[in-house]
Amino acid sequence: MNRFIQIHLDEEAIVQTDPPQTPAPPMLELSRVVKSFGPVVALRSGSLRLQSGSIHALVGENGAGKSTLVKIVAGLYRRDAGEFRLRGEEVDFTSTAQSKAAGIAVIYQEPTLFPDLTVTENIFMGRQPVNRFGRIDRKAMRREAEELFQRLGVRIDPDRPAEGLSIADQQVIEIAKAVSLDARVLIMDEPTAALSGVEVDRLFAVARSLRDEGRALLFISHRFDEIFALCDTVTVMRDGAYVATTPIAETTVDEMVRQMVGRDVTELFPKTPAEIGEPLLEVEGLTRAGVFHDISFSVRAGEIVGLAGLVGAGRSEVARAVFGVDPYESGSVRIGGKGLPKRRPDAAIREGLALVPEDRRKQGLVLESSVSRNVSLVIRGQLAKAGIITNGFENRAAKVWASRLEVKTNALSTIAGTLSGGNQQKVVLGKWLATEPTVLIIDEPTRGIDVGTKAEVHRLLSELAGRGMGILMISSELPEVLGMADRVLVMREGRITAEIDRADATSENVMFAATHATGAHS
Amino acid sequence: MTSSAPAPAPVIEKTAVTKRLQAVGAAREFGILLALVIVVVAATVANPNFLFSADGWRDLLLTPSILVLVAIGQAIVLITRNVDLSVGSILGLSAYLTGRLFIDIPGIPILAVFVAAVVFGGLLGLVNGALVAFAKVPAMVITLGTLYAYRGINVLWTGSDRVNASDLPKDFLALGTGQILWIPILTVIALVVLVIVGWIMKNTRGGREFYAIGSDPSAAELYGLRVTRRLLIAFVSSGALAGLAGVLYTARYGTVNSQAGSGWELDAVGAAVIGGVAITGGVGSVWGAAIGAVLLLTINRALPILGIPDFWQRAVVGVLIIGAIVLDRVLAVRQKRKLIAAREDD
Repeated sequence: MNRFIQIHLDEEAIVQTDPPQTPAPPMLELSRVVKSFGPVVALRSGSLRLQSGSIHALVGENGAGKSTLVKIVAGLYRRDAGEFRLRGEEVDFTSTAQSKAAGIAVIYQEPTLFPDLTVTENIFMGRQPVNRFGRIDRKAMRREAEELFQRLGVRIDPDRPAEGLSIADQQVIEIAKAVSLDARVLIMDEPTAALSGVEVDRLFAVARSLRDEGRALLFISHRFDEIFALCDTVTVMRDGAYVATTPIAETTVDEMVRQMVGRDVTELFPKTPAEIGEPLLEVEGLTRAGVFHDISFSVRAGEIVGLAGLVGAGRSEVARAVFGVDPYESGSVRIGGKGLPKRRPDAAIREGLALVPEDRRKQGLVLESSVSRNVSLVIRGQLAKAGIITNGFENRAAKVWASRLEVKTNALSTIAGTLSGGNQQKVVLGKWLATEPTVLIIDEPTRGIDVGTKAEVHRLLSELAGRGMGILMISSELPEVLGMADRVLVMREGRITAEIDRADATSENVMFAATHATGAHS
Repeated sequence: MTSSAPAPAPVIEKTAVTKRLQAVGAAREFGILLALVIVVVAATVANPNFLFSADGWRDLLLTPSILVLVAIGQAIVLITRNVDLSVGSILGLSAYLTGRLFIDIPGIPILAVFVAAVVFGGLLGLVNGALVAFAKVPAMVITLGTLYAYRGINVLWTGSDRVNASDLPKDFLALGTGQILWIPILTVIALVVLVIVGWIMKNTRGGREFYAIGSDPSAAELYGLRVTRRLLIAFVSSGALAGLAGVLYTARYGTVNSQAGSGWELDAVGAAVIGGVAITGGVGSVWGAAIGAVLLLTINRALPILGIPDFWQRAVVGVLIIGAIVLDRVLAVRQKRKLIAAREDD
């Protein structure tokens, strides 16, 4: 077996390299797979090789292309180019049913079961054992479910409805389903994210017994200690491309982090220096049980504070609590020294706080409405004369912001849902800037936006800070955080684990603080 | 998986919660059966003729029989998390079609008329199903549209014309009033359909898939279930049953004008909801819906006997529907709490 480590930081080299060759034909093999969505390239060159009887880890930053790769294997997406082989044979799935029939089972982070049906029915839905009259043999079905649970070493009542089951139990049911289908390839997408220590141990025991039965397992995780405890091999991805495949015994956490982030970033996202003034937003000891704990930070005038961390670390939840959308149990939020009441977004807006949410299509825009109506949405109260608002008022307000943000649209009456991602983001920004905020919280400002528009959004944020606005920027893209932020806060599992100044922040130390799970198993 | 497990699997005992839940599920249908018995007993005490007379007994069974068929179809659709508001209009069209066939084709076999009306109803249902499954428009909107469209076609076709009992063959009309032993023929037909559909819904893959789709449509897609096909079958079944109900309507009442069956869609939805079919899909049974239909119409007949003024009769039906929904909601919330608690006991 070829045992040397391949690391290629040069992009050309990445595209031309495959995982190390092994003598046996691999169970599943992806080679230089490409997938784009419009102008956004999600996967530039994805390669992966899974062997039977082995647990393989797939790691990479958010946006490295792991999920896209998995969705291609699962038959949810079709690749644009590249090779996909199963047991040496070329395959091209157009539906999840085809992937399933080929023996591939994907267990998602949040399993989707039928809440009203029993556990047994959930396992066998669509392929229940039937007699020759088409009658479902409930006894046989239940017996098989029991045998499955026994084999997996778990105790779940097969007759109870799936409603109310813990995520861990739901995952076990998904695994039982995969085993009963005799899936040869099992893909688990961050299965441990919502599990307790005991549940993780149980899941790992199940995974090991499946490996020993000769199945190929792919384990996607951000927790390095779990990867080292469970997996045999690790593949690292970065920026939509394959970086390296290494036997787990021959790598270290530092090595993996380096492979995940290794690139030059400072040139891309310049923040022009601005005069840093008084603290505008002060958050003290904010706690919501089970979501985030003892969060304290401040954002000063002219400052961009980056909030880094992995998806699910609790960053967006903190933002929503600060803005007053979500509740919190203890702690305080002050703007310009004035305390904000809990659960009152209207008060937060009045005091000069604005929140540009993560999911602009769902939370940021009324997709069916025009650009001008979207922009004027929050300030309708101010635009109205004697309680009546006309299109004229809306258009006047929208015009100012659309031109300042250079929204590329023919008319302000264009329906927001038809704009490109970047322009939609500008409309959401315009909506909040129209309220003339002193503090802007922006969640994933450039997700799903093409490179050119990205730069515009960055220039704009930089300009706003230059005029004395305080900005809290939540971002999962390390280069963006490192390039834009004056100060970087890192969250992991609901806590702030690091606060790093611009001068000291590097990909490595931010990534380390975001991932280094010392307490994952406790 | 193979069945050659070395050691016999230890039987995982049904937990207390599971037993209680199964009891609640059965109790839901038993509960409305009990309500039905109470209504009948109360009305009979007030006027013994309500039950103990040839007419009383016949009306008790005959009146709800046609609605039972429509409610069964409605329940199938509701269980998939959809709704079919066009059933009243389909019933009206197929009732008039029945009359026209007998008038325009003298001597047509009665069975042929049944088949024609059922197929016709099924086709109208197919239109609903295709619009819902392919155009991905909510069923509420689609079937509200076809409710008016089908009724419009009916008005256009019928005009001020009407089918009279004198236009229909005697054998056919006898179906509407005839009895096998002590049971009206219409009731026998409804019961046969109920038993068959009930069995399918409970014991076949296809039947369980209706529940799965209604319980979580996106999970059904991920499972690789043939959702589109199932939805088409649900709407075709509902249409076909409304078509069958249309033939029986003509046999029972003898006169059909352009307004036959109007408003029945609401009775059908009401019957299903009273019978424990969740409007949000995935829960309930056609048995519940059928008993709900009997209760709904029996109450309507019992209230005047109990001396409750006309004015209040519709209100009582409303209270019944809202009460059933509130009851189901309370039961669901309590069940969820118990299920979560049961998990933490482990």
